[in-house]
Amino acid sequence: MNESSAISKNIEEYLEILYKLSPNGEQVSTSQISENLKISPASVTQMLKKLADMKYVEYSPYKGAILTDTGLKLAKRVTRKHRLLERFLCDVLKIKKNKIHQQACEMEHSLSDDAERALCHLLEQPNKCPGDNVIPECDLKFTSCEECLIQKEEDVEEVGKRNQNLVSIIDLKEQKKGKVSFIRGDHKVIRRLLDMGITIGAIISVMKVAPLCGPVEVAVRGSKLALGHDIASNVFVEAVEDEGC
Amino acid sequence: MLILVETSGKGKGHKYRHRNRGKNRNLKHLTIALAGNANVGKSVIFNELTGSNQIVGNWPGKTIERAEGKLFFNGYDVDIIDLPGIYSFSTFSMEEIVSREYIAFEKPDVVINVVDAAVLERNLFFTMQLIELEVPIIVCINQIDIAKQKGIVIDTDKLQAALGVPVVATVAVRGEGLHELMDTVIDYVENRIETRKNEIRYGFEVEKRVDMLSRLMVSKNLDLKYPYRWIAIKLLENDPEIIKLVENSSKEVVQKSYEMAREIEEIHNEPSFSVIASERYSLANQITAGAQVQSEIKISFSERLDRLATDRVFGYVISAIVIGGLLLWTFVVGNFLSGLLTEAFGFFQPVDPQVSGTLSAIIWNGAVGGLVAGITLIIPFVIPFYIMLSAIENSGILTRVAFMMDTAMHKIGLHGKALIPLILGYGCNVPAIDSTRILETRRERLLAAFAITFAPCAARTIVILGLVAVFVNVWWALALYVIDLLVIFLLGRIALKVVPGESTGLIMEMHSFKLPTLSIIAKQTWVRTKSLIYLVLPIYIFGTAFIQALYVLGILEPISNALAPLTVWWLGLPVIAGVLLIFGAIRKEFILLMLVAFYGTNLALVLTPVQFIVLALVAILYLPCASTIAVLAREFGWKSAGMITAANFITAIVLGGIAFRLLSLIY
Repeated sequence: MNESSAISKNIEEYLEILYKLSPNGEQVSTSQISENLKISPASVTQMLKKLADMKYVEYSPYKGAILTDTGLKLAKRVTRKHRLLERFLCDVLKIKKNKIHQQACEMEHSLSDDAERALCHLLEQPNKCPGDNVIPECDLKFTSCEECLIQKEEDVEEVGKRNQNLVSIIDLKEQKKGKVSFIRGDHKVIRRLLDMGITIGAIISVMKVAPLCGPVEVAVRGSKLALGHDIASNVFVEAVEDEGC
Repeated sequence: MLILVETSGKGKGHKYRHRNRGKNRNLKHLTIALAGNANVGKSVIFNELTGSNQIVGNWPGKTIERAEGKLFFNGYDVDIIDLPGIYSFSTFSMEEIVSREYIAFEKPDVVINVVDAAVLERNLFFTMQLIELEVPIIVCINQIDIAKQKGIVIDTDKLQAALGVPVVATVAVRGEGLHELMDTVIDYVENRIETRKNEIRYGFEVEKRVDMLSRLMVSKNLDLKYPYRWIAIKLLENDPEIIKLVENSSKEVVQKSYEMAREIEEIHNEPSFSVIASERYSLANQITAGAQVQSEIKISFSERLDRLATDRVFGYVISAIVIGGLLLWTFVVGNFLSGLLTEAFGFFQPVDPQVSGTLSAIIWNGAVGGLVAGITLIIPFVIPFYIMLSAIENSGILTRVAFMMDTAMHKIGLHGKALIPLILGYGCNVPAIDSTRILETRRERLLAAFAITFAPCAARTIVILGLVAVFVNVWWALALYVIDLLVIFLLGRIALKVVPGESTGLIMEMHSFKLPTLSIIAKQTWVRTKSLIYLVLPIYIFGTAFIQALYVLGILEPISNALAPLTVWWLGLPVIAGVLLIFGAIRKEFILLMLVAFYGTNLALVLTPVQFIVLALVAILYLPCASTIAVLAREFGWKSAGMITAANFITAIVLGGIAFRLLSLIY
């Protein structure tokens, strides 16, 4: 029934590491993966070929692999579950920080989508894991966390999933545009963003990304806004091709 | 034509001179409110119309409280109210509530909605909410010159037709269009303008429910002070304040609105407040598209400058120049001017000022000493500082510095915007603490205010320069600045752990760079310095004379002796330091002035270099001055003010003692 159950843990681990090494979907080399997973380059190559057959990555020998859209979707889902679980283990169960990663790795593969959503509600829509990595957005058909909370009674199947991959505006390159599709966070922040013109469906373009996890300068509806790193990482867009306007 | 000007403040009219004061009594009365987004030029228009000197600058959030002024125009006695800039009428910030309640309850005769021509769409989002409040509006499209530079031309006739309210274009900084604006106001109140009231119509699903809710309220005959339609929209937006308001009259209406909001959510798959905001914006977008022509233009100079100011390398350089350069400039120029003035006033040589002659002679000596010290040591630093601060403030660079320094400010629990009040704190802590209201939560305001109480304000600069730069050397003076900035950072880190509450992130509009006009810089420097000359200089003169009298009468000695363990044993200062620090709590410059009063201008005879440095260090840190404590208490309550003061005191004493012991090893 559930597609993810058909995929072995191993594949999920690979996708997770590919996403971790390049959240923006750039090429990841075989050696980088082998170092991170502590697996010989030969076995990594073999696995990447397998993943390429399954259309999760595009693999070019000697260069490495890039996640495909499908691969990225799966990778984000696993990573999201992993990081949410870490938050849960750390904040709720108060387990020592050095143990949570291993535990989350074990649990992430068996966590259902409904349980993941409930966990997200329980933790009040966290945006970062205890290690300060951004938790990827969920892939449910919602435009904001507020909406997800309102429609609590409906389960994941009833809600349905998004088809396209979203990007957080901090991961959008300078001068790129996107259509606002999902805003994470409590309603106060969302309302402030809405008032400033960042509404669902608005076209937003990234002007500047300050270094050192600094804020992002965006242009929306003819005005320029500075958004702090945390807030920017909660605004997700569908990348839009520039039509030269 | 009969125009005359008078303000509630001390400013004088300059654009519209008064001609006939005698006819005052026959004038008809009119109240106008200026409302609109932050940093669109409301205060500039206010100043131009009323001749007031409200502080203006190119960063959002300067006007924190409504200001009132007066204008006499065409037989009308006009009260003009300048409201704080807001982006919406939701109820998440104080400014929004203040502005909304003023407009809805006080019912000004006309609301002038000032709109930034370069950002029409976002500004119209607010205009539409004003129209929904059903108040008489005139839209003033300001800064059309800057819009033009960006290739934006607005057709006011089309805009007027689309909105159904009068539209006037202006360039307020040059006074262009303001006469027409006032003519339009008068025509409007005298019903000479045909206005076709346009209703802002939402999508079918929303509109249907707004209608049903309004009717329900009409049928119940609720008395809510706001228009029914507006309330219905706010209820569907789940506005907590409005829900509370309506709940008191009718629980049923609120219940109904919850249901309807839910229905909208189901239909649109989006929370209803988000649906309404999106629809309002898409209307704003349509109106903008119909009334504005945007042509392709070359990248302007201001745009290039903007890119440089937020560049990943130069951005930091420019930020450092703004943060440090302002102090350095004050330092260098101030020192130079102070030198010139000291020479000019060299004729004043008090004759053994300590104890000789009659009491009246001593007091006179003290008074002249206070005046000379004020002119030679204080004025030369304060004026160049404020000239530069006004230039920086009006250029728009502050928002860029806030952008670049956001990450650093997070280390002390604040976001980039908090840097703006901190930099203003270089001038005077009091207005700086006022302007912490641009921050979102109480915690952020408190943390920022705490940091500001250590900011090297003009008075501290005077102490550092007057004691250390003059009598030790420039390097130690600079070192004191660095120590001060380090203290801000380290104590900020500690305060972050202690102060509970939530922090928000940065959401700030970045306006285009502007070349500050000389007249605005001159005016603002004057506004900020004049209190010093009118009020503080007399205090210096009388205060110094008074203190010298106390000294001669032997009243100060017991106080000094009582504090001797702290001042002499722990800090290594002379006995007199106890009195200096007590009077310095009123204004920090007193520490320098009193020393001059007691010992004359050549202080090197009385204090050692170590004592100069320790005294200056303790003086800059030990207490916020009396006015700062008062403003802290007003904003945050006496408890917080007391705790901040205690933290300042402990820091100063600890650091002062350590500095004394370390410096004694060097000197």
